[in-house]
Amino acid sequence: MSTSTDHGRPDPEATPSALSRDGRPVSDRGDTICVIGAGASGLTAIKNLREHGFGVDCYERETGVGGAWNWRHDRSPVYASTHLLSSKPFTQFPDFPMPDSWPDYPHHSQLLSYFERYADHFDLRSHIWFGTEVIRVEPAAGERWDVTTRSTGGYGPERTSQYAAVVVANGHNWSPKLPRYEGLEQFRGEIMHASSYKDPAQLRGKRVLVVGAGNTGCDIAVEAAQQASRCWHSTRRGYWYAPKYVLGRPADQVNDSLLALRVPLRVRQWLYHWTLRLTVGDLTRFGLPRPDHRVYETHPIANSQLVYYVGHGAIGPVPDVARFHPYAVELTDGREIDPELVIFATGYLPRFEFLDASVFGDSAGVGRPTLWLNAFTPGHPTLAVAGLVQPDSGLFTLSHWQMVLFARLLQARRDRPDRAAAFAQRVRDRAGERYSAQVKESSRHWFEVGHADYLRAVQRALHDLEGK
Amino acid sequence: MSARSELRIMRGREWSRPVRAARREVLSATPELEEGRPPLLFVPGFGHGAWAFAEHWLGHAASRGFPAYAMSLRGHGASEPAPEASLRAYAHDVVQVAAGLPRQAVLVGHGAGALVVAHALARYPARSAVLVAPVFGGWGVLGAALRRNPSGTLPAVFGGPLRLSRGQLFSRELPDAEARRHIARLGRAGRRAQWALLGEPEAEPAVGAPPVLVLGSPDDRVVPTSTLNRVARRYGSAPLLFPGMGHDLMLDARWAEPIDAILDWLEKEPAAH
Repeated sequence: MSTSTDHGRPDPEATPSALSRDGRPVSDRGDTICVIGAGASGLTAIKNLREHGFGVDCYERETGVGGAWNWRHDRSPVYASTHLLSSKPFTQFPDFPMPDSWPDYPHHSQLLSYFERYADHFDLRSHIWFGTEVIRVEPAAGERWDVTTRSTGGYGPERTSQYAAVVVANGHNWSPKLPRYEGLEQFRGEIMHASSYKDPAQLRGKRVLVVGAGNTGCDIAVEAAQQASRCWHSTRRGYWYAPKYVLGRPADQVNDSLLALRVPLRVRQWLYHWTLRLTVGDLTRFGLPRPDHRVYETHPIANSQLVYYVGHGAIGPVPDVARFHPYAVELTDGREIDPELVIFATGYLPRFEFLDASVFGDSAGVGRPTLWLNAFTPGHPTLAVAGLVQPDSGLFTLSHWQMVLFARLLQARRDRPDRAAAFAQRVRDRAGERYSAQVKESSRHWFEVGHADYLRAVQRALHDLEGK
Repeated sequence: MSARSELRIMRGREWSRPVRAARREVLSATPELEEGRPPLLFVPGFGHGAWAFAEHWLGHAASRGFPAYAMSLRGHGASEPAPEASLRAYAHDVVQVAAGLPRQAVLVGHGAGALVVAHALARYPARSAVLVAPVFGGWGVLGAALRRNPSGTLPAVFGGPLRLSRGQLFSRELPDAEARRHIARLGRAGRRAQWALLGEPEAEPAVGAPPVLVLGSPDDRVVPTSTLNRVARRYGSAPLLFPGMGHDLMLDARWAEPIDAILDWLEKEPAAH
């Protein structure tokens, strides 16, 4: 099912058309689909859309694939020691396994080579326009989309092309979220967001305060314990610090043995607490606060080393920061500490600066889209978001199935319009649905899903779309 | 396109109990000039190793411009010994090697290797697939084997090795010395994998809807023509037949005919996408 638009450059001169927007020409790309971003989710979008017979133009602002996992990219949050948090079976694309020779938890450089091999293996690069950023995506007549691009950095003319559908895969771990603190401007020490942390040499010999107990915060605290002269780790609440191995196997594989048996959540929570008590032990003994929630109610932290260094006194657990003074940081328990370097591992917020917030039903403009399956937008059946998910496991499997579902939805729009219409109705009815245990309210958990609950929901959606 | 809704997303058991890594033998022959043709991955059947394809087909495919690879499943050829290997472990081996090739591969399975390929197709979107004299198991195949070669087949039913005879594998045209040399190299598959031929559920549908070619010989003493027809029908086609050849089409006297037919088909067949 190749179309005449399969291999052409989106070139307004070559395809003169009657289309225009704001008086500027719009080149018609026919049935081609636009994918924004060539990171993990963008790559699997191209691969699966191509596999279902669609032409694809992908725009990538950087000059390589891999998105966040490519450390050469401006927006990449990876640091030298970044390793995967989920083991291989949960991390790889379901139809392109990572090599047997790799460890259970690969390094970020291996992940980049994995994406480069994926792109070469399925010949995806010929569909990607590198060094091109998308500056506007606007709905057009007939549920089509006008996509305006230009060279990254604002060089060159803008050009607008019209697509049959758009996949937004611009990632959600690049726009730092910085909390406001009283007196932060007067603080004389060094301040950085974890996104600028690249190498443990940045910590060497310094007194370091790490704020935030996400996986990044815990990783940096561990590195500070090894490199810095002093390390404090500030957390809002007590957390469950899960080791990466339990019972001699990667912890997520043990966990999924229970999921496969459909053991109920309460029982899994009890087993998990019991396993942690036996292996990690009672953390309040070290001065860490007792968790105010059950496990699975916050994003899981997989770190075997944090507790070890706390036990060696190399990490001092402290409560939340109350305010900053010029040469000290005041904590909520009234204590004052004197770090030279404060690292905010406070996470990221999604940003879709090329898209009007109302398209995603985010009329309040807080940056939180209202979607079904974290991917489909009510009222816009030809728009999908890929990878806007925070699973308690690997993301790429989820992105893969999102894009298989979207490709089949687009096929159904052509072959079975009744099925596609029923799907659109389900999107309207169920937008905002959650796929996890009750989680703590925080922007950290906007997109939190349990991978099994989520994938089962995708499986049902596929079945409803195509079933007899 | 009918069975597509059968796609399986949840694989709790496979995720929580991944197949153990194993060292695998991969032989290759690549054309002198890269012509942009897809790589072929030959998967031998039970008892055979990569050597079975290295004999003729590997070099022949390369001479016609196709990068060609042949692997040995775990426990076969020069791959790591694996007496307890299951069909799932074999399919894992194929997907691992296929995903390690530079470009999307064509999977070519022979004998029970065709069944392994059918399982691998559910886990890897091959460009296309070729099933040569496919042994898809079932009681019919066992019955035929017991009739033709009772002493070689019966032990396998009880977990012993399966010993295939010259009459099953080769036609009379192949010189005796050569036939003996090949038979001497035969190994055996794992017990669990052998038993899987009797009771294993059918392979899941292939991902990525690859075109599939089935070929074999009406004079094959292992795979009856009815099986060829049944397998080909499953993939929506009819089998290509090469009369007068034994089960091991890649080693038999007229080995060039089937491989030329495969390569012609690959040149004509538009890729799945």
